[in-house]
Amino acid sequence: MNTNKNSYTLIYATVMVIVVALMLALVSSSLKDIQTANVELDKKKQILSSLNISFEGQDAAALYKKHIVKELVLNSKAEVLSDVMGDAFKLDYIKELAKNIDDRKLPLYIADVDGVTKYIIPLRGAGLWGPIWGYISLNEDKNTVYGSFYSHASETPGLGAEISQANFQQEFVGKRVLNDNNEFVSIAVMKPGQVSDTQDEVDGISGGTITSKGVEKMLLSCIGQYEAYLKISNGGTEE
Amino acid sequence: MSKLISDKTKAVFLGPLSKNNPITVQVLGICSALAVTAKLEPAIVMGLSVTIIVAFSNVIISLLRNTIPNRIRIIVQLVVVAALVTIVSEILKAFAYDVSVQLSVYIGLIITNCILMGRLEAFAMSNKPWESFVDGLGNGFGYAWILVAVAFFRELFGSGTLFGLRVIPQAVYDAGYVNNGLMILPPMALILVACIIWVHRARNKELQEK
Repeated sequence: MNTNKNSYTLIYATVMVIVVALMLALVSSSLKDIQTANVELDKKKQILSSLNISFEGQDAAALYKKHIVKELVLNSKAEVLSDVMGDAFKLDYIKELAKNIDDRKLPLYIADVDGVTKYIIPLRGAGLWGPIWGYISLNEDKNTVYGSFYSHASETPGLGAEISQANFQQEFVGKRVLNDNNEFVSIAVMKPGQVSDTQDEVDGISGGTITSKGVEKMLLSCIGQYEAYLKISNGGTEE
Repeated sequence: MSKLISDKTKAVFLGPLSKNNPITVQVLGICSALAVTAKLEPAIVMGLSVTIIVAFSNVIISLLRNTIPNRIRIIVQLVVVAALVTIVSEILKAFAYDVSVQLSVYIGLIITNCILMGRLEAFAMSNKPWESFVDGLGNGFGYAWILVAVAFFRELFGSGTLFGLRVIPQAVYDAGYVNNGLMILPPMALILVACIIWVHRARNKELQEK
């Protein structure tokens, strides 16, 4: 057969494209349900990680059910829009972040760890090469950090990618997001050794400055949206 | 009955591991070698992924080799590779989610890896499926061991760890030793690859250019 004829080439290309397209569509649609379930399970694992709960070898979904007692959808004025379980979880946070701050619906997870209430705020920001995200859990005072979890899409291994390591995430424990005057200041991520006069700080990653600053910006902008909620009945420090 | 592994097949497999190594001799796939070798773990994952993809896309192209119109053969090769990589990544997402999260960075790098196109064009287009499969494995492993060697030195001297575990004891740091920051940065990968090429050529005189 003459495989150099124009008609042969055209037909070959058309058939190939159709076959490949069908194959990809088939694979994608037949695996979609399993993939969505995986993504949801992964999200639950990330939330549990921010609570310092180890799920190794355990059923993460069951642990999530046990520890997360409430899911709230808030607006930036701290009004509760929904407290139905699942509403906050299903919220498309990325889409909400693109909206005007007053129109945003903000998910908040409330957890019970050994009888003590923790508040979990989802985070989303930009690193050097791509998006970074995470969850940060605050103690009952809605001020000091109980735990944090960060992940990234494509930061440099050994540099920016270190934000997903436990030793970086543990630095945040005990830091405060409000200052002594009950003003929201977030937490600074500084060059190792430097200190901030106006807010609590953690050491950034040497060689990963842009990613470290990305974490700082993410904390400021994401936790900032919940400022009103954090200040409600903020026991102790309120005047 | 012909032997399953003939001498020719053996040469096809062993060649790329040393005398015809894709990185050190053909100098292909350098970009991904720089990108993923700051740590051992991603280097191994990348090496294995490329091995699997080269082997199977080689087989597919080899099966199709007599039907592919000459003028669009590069496009056909690209479509096969891209489709294969996409399907593998979809399957991983469904059944090995953790692995797929780790791999997400490299999926794009696999498709653009010059070794893939090089093998499809140079070998699979003119050889039988079984030999092509072996050739893919050989080139994949040839690529992988260089990556692992580079990553070993970069992680050891750059971070003082191997597989994320600390191997240089704290006492050494207390005595004034510091990790070499340059090791983590891409230029050092280029220097290390160059050192490997240097040693390799010094030991194999026939590779030296006159």
